[in-house]
Amino acid sequence: MTWARLDLALRVLAVDPVGLGGLWLRSRAGPIRDVATTALAATPFDRPQRRLSANIDDLALLGGPDPVATLAAGRPIHRPGVLSTPALLILPMAESAPPSLTARLAQALDKGHHALVALDEAAEDGEGLPSALSDRLGLFLSLEGERSPRKLPRPIGRRTLRKARTLYPQVTVPKDLTEALAQLAARLGIASPRALLTTRRAARAIAALDGRLTVTEDDLIQAAELGLAHRALPEAEAQPNQPPEPPPPDQPDTPDSQPEEQDLQSLADLLIEAAQAALPPDLLAKLQSDRANRAAQGASGTGSAKSGNRRGRPLPSRPGRPDGQSRIDLVATLRQAAPWQVLRRRNDTHDRALIVHRSDLRLKRYKEVSDRVLIFVVDASGSSAMARLGEAKGAVELMLAQAYSRRDHVALVVLRGQKAELILPPTRSLTTTKARLRGLPGGGGTPLASGLATALDAALRARRQGMTPSLALLTDGRANIALNGQPDRVQAQADAHQIATAIRAAGIAAVTLDVANRPQPALAELALAMHSRYVPLPRADARAIAATLA
Amino acid sequence: MTALHRNQATRPQPASGAKPPFPFTAVVGQDDMRLAMTLTAIDPMIGGVLVFGDRGTGKSTAVRGLAALLPPIRAVRACPVNSADPAQCPDWAGITDPTIVEKPTPVVDLPLGVSEDRVTGALDVERAIAQGVKAFEPGLLARANRGYLYIDEVNLLEDHIVDLLLDVAQSGENVVERDGLSIRHAARFVLVGSGNPEEGDLRPQLLDRFGLSVEVRSPRDIATRVEVVLRREAYESDPYAFAATWGQAESDLRETILNARASLPKIQTPRAALEDCAALCIALGSDGVRGELTLLRAARALAASEAAPKVTRDHLRRIAAMSLGHRLRRDPLDEAGASDRVARAVSETLA
Repeated sequence: MTWARLDLALRVLAVDPVGLGGLWLRSRAGPIRDVATTALAATPFDRPQRRLSANIDDLALLGGPDPVATLAAGRPIHRPGVLSTPALLILPMAESAPPSLTARLAQALDKGHHALVALDEAAEDGEGLPSALSDRLGLFLSLEGERSPRKLPRPIGRRTLRKARTLYPQVTVPKDLTEALAQLAARLGIASPRALLTTRRAARAIAALDGRLTVTEDDLIQAAELGLAHRALPEAEAQPNQPPEPPPPDQPDTPDSQPEEQDLQSLADLLIEAAQAALPPDLLAKLQSDRANRAAQGASGTGSAKSGNRRGRPLPSRPGRPDGQSRIDLVATLRQAAPWQVLRRRNDTHDRALIVHRSDLRLKRYKEVSDRVLIFVVDASGSSAMARLGEAKGAVELMLAQAYSRRDHVALVVLRGQKAELILPPTRSLTTTKARLRGLPGGGGTPLASGLATALDAALRARRQGMTPSLALLTDGRANIALNGQPDRVQAQADAHQIATAIRAAGIAAVTLDVANRPQPALAELALAMHSRYVPLPRADARAIAATLA
Repeated sequence: MTALHRNQATRPQPASGAKPPFPFTAVVGQDDMRLAMTLTAIDPMIGGVLVFGDRGTGKSTAVRGLAALLPPIRAVRACPVNSADPAQCPDWAGITDPTIVEKPTPVVDLPLGVSEDRVTGALDVERAIAQGVKAFEPGLLARANRGYLYIDEVNLLEDHIVDLLLDVAQSGENVVERDGLSIRHAARFVLVGSGNPEEGDLRPQLLDRFGLSVEVRSPRDIATRVEVVLRREAYESDPYAFAATWGQAESDLRETILNARASLPKIQTPRAALEDCAALCIALGSDGVRGELTLLRAARALAASEAAPKVTRDHLRRIAAMSLGHRLRRDPLDEAGASDRVARAVSETLA
């Protein structure tokens, strides 16, 4: 099933690579993905395929004067970049592409000479393609959990492709199908008009590949599977986005307009079914976390690498070659070149005043203070009375107001039911935080260990993104759900201790706020294991909590 | 009118391969965004426009379309800052050729992750080392002079770059004092920033420096969404024919903008309008007087675009939200949207 869809995706992409933007291929590296990339390489696109690397510099990407060659030749030498000629770009490890690269790629896609195949190797929840790219790529395919195909997909033949490409510009979409598509997108909660455009184009390409001049319902369903399904919001989130019902027309309904309306409705239903059938069962849940986190990844754009090369406190310069990003340390470069001048001049035929070799170049380095991210672990279990959940919410909101002025990031883990949940990945956005916090229900067990584990995960991920994480645990300490999700008080405490030790080993700063009615010795022990401050707050009110953390 | 047509006829044809941009007037809906951009085209002194909202709502399409709609600027051919006459060319550029040509209104994209050197310009290191010449290599600000500087995802741009941009946008001059250089050149441009608020907010200090701010949302009703798709596809399949279809609307708008520019100095501002501005800003508790100034400028530009002799309450009412919405003191715990608060204040003070 998936392999047939891959085959179709590649064919469709070959018909109109630029118009569709490209393909978002989610798969871990491995033999399965190799099948897909082999098929991709064998597809006869109208433009060369160029593989990008994640750390490509501006010079290689955009082209420009080549400093090293210029120095060697003594006259300006320009070098074309990867984006200088139309290409089908292939971006491996797209999920970790730096924001500067994705921004440039998005710009290049908008100019309309390139198409992009993003190989997304997202391993865990919360990683994913930056939304600047995912919004622009028309096709999506996930190979997760797929097995090797019995026979390899056969690439499209050049003749077939040529025929389809000639036909493609003339393929039309009946107006009612376009409307059905728009309805479908609205019901799936897809806001981006780009999705409509690319899906419609994909449908036209499918018709062209089939040698037809008019798009049929079938074409549209196939196109929606490739172009719309993955953008669908989980139904709960899509609901508030429902468009208002179209206002009833001014004239009384003519008898024949009514059935037409119904046809449209049933067609949209059909499309929704198809789109949902195309989804792997856990995809919606997964995409939800991706979506939120992609946003957060974007927000981390300002607080990235700890040892940046453009701002902050200066560090000693290091040898290197200019890449358009870093600044040359002129004085250090000259100092490096100076002792060799006499020797070099002997062998120099150009009679230059100063002979600088590539190895002399020194680049400036700066140390940058990384952003803080505060991860709240909030107990919303039944034992933690609802009032205290309110207090915790209040504390987070107050902290958020402070974080807003300090530009800290905030994340939120909730202990509830069988398993803790990261309901808010690190973000600086007030809008998102407020929305998530407002809709936070309480009740159920206290999966303390699972909560700490989730927080630890989030902290380590934030650290990989160059942020400095710290934890704030708000609980009454009555852990009663073990790490495996079973209600077992003893095991739950033991598990919590184990994770707490891991947090201590990872060197993550933490503070524990005891919100039980009487201070809990068990929680004090846990705090000790975590090497965190322990603050018993018998009746915490939001302002007291915020004051402790500030 | 005839002059305009001639103007249009003599416009430099785009180089082969470059298709005409999507016409500004053909952007479906998004009236606020289009109004805000038109106002800054009439009076660039209003300051930049901040467009916050969903992806794929035609933000960058509108900027490019607007720039293409504006009449070309006349500038010294080789001048790196698009000076209008040879006397204004900066001396560091060493321009000897006084030929004046027509250039399209520049639109410069500022990518994320851009370095400060690229923005302001810096010492030309290659020439410095290879030839021992202390030369200045102009940056994006120089290229954007007399045009538009467009920043996608301005909320993700590093703060020090945004500071710098807003500072230059306000002063109209780029000053470079580094690497032993002391350079200044004109950098008057309209800053257009866009972003998605779910990915992070902009610092309030920066928000305040944008003249106007509008929110864009993906169209919610089916008919509009279908129209967006159909127009885009019509454009993609034959950009020249599509541009021709919208030619009349485009030239009408161009004429409106040019007439408004000419009549702008003559627009009267009654004392009552000034008092309204002040009352509105006090009611909203917006800091500083930047709010009043922008409100007034935008209202004057709006009056000029409608060939009205003076600023009226109606003008103020229509541009209050986009001029003041982003200047309110932010309360993170307040749920009411900024535009609602402005609307409330408008209905109370300008009843």
